[in-house]
Amino acid sequence: MAEAPFKPRDLGAHPPPFYPDYRSTHFRAPSHALLHYAPTATEMAGPVFGQGMLGADDDDLIVNYAAAGQAALGPRILVHGVLRDQDARPMPGKLIEVWQANAGGRYRHKKDGYLAPLDPNFGGCGRCVTGPDGTYSFRTIQPGPYPWPNGGNDWRPAHIHFSVFGDGFAQRLITQMYFEGDPHIALCPIVQSIPDPKGIDTLVARLDMGQTVPMDIRAYRFDITLRGRDATYFENFKDGT
Amino acid sequence: MKETPSQTAGPYVHIGCVPRFAGLRGMYDGQDLGAEMITGEVAGTRISFIGAVYDGEGAPVTDAMVEIWQAAPDGTFSPEGFTSWGRQPADAQGAFRFETLKPGAMGAQAPHILVWIVARGIGLGLTTRAYFADEDNSSDPVYQRAGSRAQTLVARAVEGGYHLDIHLQGPKETVFFDV
Repeated sequence: MAEAPFKPRDLGAHPPPFYPDYRSTHFRAPSHALLHYAPTATEMAGPVFGQGMLGADDDDLIVNYAAAGQAALGPRILVHGVLRDQDARPMPGKLIEVWQANAGGRYRHKKDGYLAPLDPNFGGCGRCVTGPDGTYSFRTIQPGPYPWPNGGNDWRPAHIHFSVFGDGFAQRLITQMYFEGDPHIALCPIVQSIPDPKGIDTLVARLDMGQTVPMDIRAYRFDITLRGRDATYFENFKDGT
Repeated sequence: MKETPSQTAGPYVHIGCVPRFAGLRGMYDGQDLGAEMITGEVAGTRISFIGAVYDGEGAPVTDAMVEIWQAAPDGTFSPEGFTSWGRQPADAQGAFRFETLKPGAMGAQAPHILVWIVARGIGLGLTTRAYFADEDNSSDPVYQRAGSRAQTLVARAVEGGYHLDIHLQGPKETVFFDV
């Protein structure tokens, strides 16, 4: 028996396609409203990944691009949290991919020409798979804020990009994690395009002294919530429709 | 509990999702996840699914990442030898290419490929579908949902496969779904 279909997505909880203060939306936002349909067998299913695909240092950005015996520059942090659905069910075995700028705010990308130098020992990507209890963690360095072309004096808050898979493709999500106390959060149109301040707050990772390792690495906690299931579902879901 | 809000994948999604393409030497053993969809012997028609992503001014969206999710030729997902899932970057011309198998029909649904696009300037990943010009799509419920704009979902047959351009905005704007 198939599991209950996903709840409808609350589009009002996400950035609108067109947001005037975020210039890149101007020619990339569809003009038509999204057309709704209930998830079919296609959207209820999705790719399955496992721990077996991971290399030893995939979840350690401090060393996964570094020369032997070297390490990336910057404040050492452990980012961790739980992946669950809207019904608070932990989601085990799910792939989380991350990417970010280095400690100076520079990406290892041919189109990033920011003044801050590349760190030869930092690539800026990593990945992990959630454990049986839905938890995940990776080690990295705290990225720096950086300026970006948006028509004014725009600086991104320090952030880490997250790509997350669920059980079904309808749960697919890409988002960004920010850091508690960063004054750029309130100034950034990409962040502020999220309509609900409470929604923004869920993207702000908290310093977690409980998981901080003395004399080693500080911890930040960031929990992620994917779409839940429709509680009114009985057994009327038909395959293929 | 509310779903975590989406944020744009930004201009550098290729670093995180297709690091080999982005030039990060040696990451993940030099393999970009989702690059290979056909991993064994599976009966069916091999196709190239190609196209490009354009913005409202007709400029190629070179920082896009495209993922597809589709049934195998037998109408099931991820059978032995076929992942059903692919991921490709848009290149300097905004173009993408998947080497895959033509999907089979599933019940009332005509053969189709779910297509998901993220990029700078896209706050919530855009979902659309590719249908096939040489199939009868008329009774497919999602195709019907697209109404008079359904032709934007139809990939045309080309040598070795099918071609579908995706227009984020403008007179040829692709139908995008909330699903």
